[in-house]
Amino acid sequence: MIVLEKRPQPSKAWSYATPLVAVLATMVFGGILFAILGKNPIEAIGTIFWEPLFGEFAFYYRPQLLVKGAPLVLIAIGLSLGFRAGIWNIGAEGQYIMGAIFGAGAGLAFYPLEAWYIFPVMVIAGAFGGWLWAIIPAFLKVRFGTNEILVSLMLVYVAEQMLASVSLGLLKNPEGFGFPGSRNLQQYDSAHNAELIAGSGMHWGVVTALIAVIFAYVLLNRHMLGFHIRLTGEAPRAAKFAGVNPARLILFCLGLSGALAGLAGMFEVSGPSGVVSIDFNVGYGFTAIIVAFLGRLHPVGILLAGGLMALTYIGGEIAQSQLGLPAAAIQVFQGMLLFFLLAFDLLTNYRIRAAHSEVA
Amino acid sequence: MTTPLLSLQGLTKAYPGVVANDQVSFDIGEGEVHALLGENGAGKSTLVKMIYGLVKPDSGIMQLRGQPFAPPEPRAARADGIAMVFQHFSLFDALNVAENIALGMENPPSMGDLASRIRDVSETYGLPLDPYRTVGDLSAGERQRVEIIRCLLQDPKLLIMDEPTSVLTPQEVDILFETLNKLRSEGTSILYISHKLEEIRTLCDHATILRLGKNVGECIPAETSARDMAEMMVGATLQTPERAGREFGEVALDVSGLSVPSPSEFGTALKNVHLTVRKGEVLGIGGVAGNGQDELLGVLSGEIQTPADAIRFNGQPIGKLGPTARRRLGVLTAPEERLGHAAAPDMSLVENALLTGSVREGLESNGFLKWADTRSFAEKIISAFDVRTPGPENAARSLSGGNLQKFVIGREVLQNPDVLVVNQPTWGVDAAAAASIRQAILDLAAKGSAVICISQDLDELMEISDSFAALNEGRLSAPRPTTGLTVDEIGLMMGGAHGMEVAHV
Repeated sequence: MIVLEKRPQPSKAWSYATPLVAVLATMVFGGILFAILGKNPIEAIGTIFWEPLFGEFAFYYRPQLLVKGAPLVLIAIGLSLGFRAGIWNIGAEGQYIMGAIFGAGAGLAFYPLEAWYIFPVMVIAGAFGGWLWAIIPAFLKVRFGTNEILVSLMLVYVAEQMLASVSLGLLKNPEGFGFPGSRNLQQYDSAHNAELIAGSGMHWGVVTALIAVIFAYVLLNRHMLGFHIRLTGEAPRAAKFAGVNPARLILFCLGLSGALAGLAGMFEVSGPSGVVSIDFNVGYGFTAIIVAFLGRLHPVGILLAGGLMALTYIGGEIAQSQLGLPAAAIQVFQGMLLFFLLAFDLLTNYRIRAAHSEVA
Repeated sequence: MTTPLLSLQGLTKAYPGVVANDQVSFDIGEGEVHALLGENGAGKSTLVKMIYGLVKPDSGIMQLRGQPFAPPEPRAARADGIAMVFQHFSLFDALNVAENIALGMENPPSMGDLASRIRDVSETYGLPLDPYRTVGDLSAGERQRVEIIRCLLQDPKLLIMDEPTSVLTPQEVDILFETLNKLRSEGTSILYISHKLEEIRTLCDHATILRLGKNVGECIPAETSARDMAEMMVGATLQTPERAGREFGEVALDVSGLSVPSPSEFGTALKNVHLTVRKGEVLGIGGVAGNGQDELLGVLSGEIQTPADAIRFNGQPIGKLGPTARRRLGVLTAPEERLGHAAAPDMSLVENALLTGSVREGLESNGFLKWADTRSFAEKIISAFDVRTPGPENAARSLSGGNLQKFVIGREVLQNPDVLVVNQPTWGVDAAAAASIRQAILDLAAKGSAVICISQDLDELMEISDSFAALNEGRLSAPRPTTGLTVDEIGLMMGGAHGMEVAHV
């Protein structure tokens, strides 16, 4: 029989090793899945992990890694702070949408004026939009004790309806021949989140994501607020005893994660996407939850996990087009990653031991 | 020589890193009240779990009336006539007495039959109990009756009782002993686990003393002094804490007319609590658990807010201040629950030192943490209070209960509080550690701090406190000087027998 035995304290080695073990297990079981689908598993895994980085067209895919990775990292950093404190913002997707609507809306309000201050105003508006959408569940939780998981998740669908509404109404391009969607911000210089170095994929969102990683690292390791966040997650009663005000912490964590998700949406709409349209959101807000856990809720881990997740996205697209793998198979593959991560996570706190049969 | 009821021979049980029981042998005779005596961690619980079928011994044999006895599970042990009353009750607050008892039965009879059987048994043994009362409304003593009656319904040959009096007032203890004596006279054997020596001397026929998993001696309690038994238990001579002077200064903490509802559903509301503590005074607050101790600590720590005027520190109203602001002023507290309340289990001792030490030890500047200073504060606690740990980076949960308690108390004492409130400072702590914690509290008072010690251990309170008050259903009795208080008076302050009738047997 196999027995789980609680470790006296969490194993450092395993907390670093589990993400790697999880990635390996995902490769093995993903390979089996692809084999069942009739594809060569080694070729499929190779396409997903190798092609974007070192393949023939890597010059095209590598910048894409930054473009896909940046919003994931930015959102996941915000989420991780709340998750650390046991505050579950599941609605980053909605906050991302609202950030894009507010950011784009603020920019388009100036159209066709060209001025240096338009982009900073859009940044603030985007962060505000995301913050606003996250502060609703925060306020309801603090005031009425509602469950933030449900409220933040439901607000995603409200945000999607708002997105459809503004794409067809308020923000619709007057010169768009009646097609839904806003003016293309890429063609509006003052509002365009252009690449900082042409062809690198590096835009302001990538810079912000890196700053967020550093900010979160300092907050969690060097600041009282970060200590209180960790303490609340580990032992809520001890946190209260230490003097943490739970309501303030909820408002801070949800507000900040919303603002960061809003920023991600704003940088996306003003850069790589360019247009507020009905199908603007592609699930970054949900994938970021996986990224946050894959990165062990640690800022540096999230940076790496964001890169890995972006890789599976891009590699998955290549595998779809080159090998004809169904999109659903790629999603299962990504889901496996989270599944194995959570499963192997057990080894951080427990050791597995074969129990010898006991003498009666 | 008659065959003993239960005979244990060479029982050994090892867990990774510790031998809980090492070659333990003794006999329990028919109709005998047998005490199992030992400190926390001496292996008493493991031993009774083996008898009750919860744990299998690695080696050794048990014989019940001469027959081999190796219960694979508690159900088998119960079938053979072994019953056990646990220290922590396993009752559902929201159900009534009869429903709770039915839940533990293999084939529960109809509610009406069960209720009348409960009435029969409770009257026979002098344990009055209404089968239709909701358990959430019962006192601790009455809950224990539920557990005892649950056992008696099985008509046991051996009744195991694990620290039964830790939740009782002295009057309730008397009622319990009447019941146990009646059981003994009917031929039921009792295995009585405790570390309260006077009780054992009154009640038990025979005692087995365990230390570090080994049987270190047996005695006839009535013929052995409590001190001798204590020294057998600890394996060393005991030091009684001493204090220097008893000079009281001005009133440091003044609580008046304090009433607050409990934050939890089955908690106890505090009702019109008055108390004052002077500088240099130790106020002991006794009472059975669940009578408002947690709430009182929460109110004094700042976790529960009260009207500002209800609590005054040096004349200044502090009822509306949170824990951090109170620490800044010098009012420090140490809650009962070490893991999860006083300390975060998975965090290191350094981080746990920061938990309450940040304000008074200057461990942050503008919100940024000074880890080097925090680490040296943690090391200071570890060395000053002899906390046994490989180092301050270890997680709080890796420490034994006594060591973590020394760390928690040390953390507050070293911050030089003007007022220190501790709840159950030596609960689950071995005798040597308990003595050093009590000494630290007395030293602090001698230096002029006001101390409130909430505890269920009356001996402890008599030993260290200058005045004594008791909590009973959220009400605090008027404090009285400890010197000259009798056990009867203390019992009455604790609420007597909590409305329970004395057994008529």
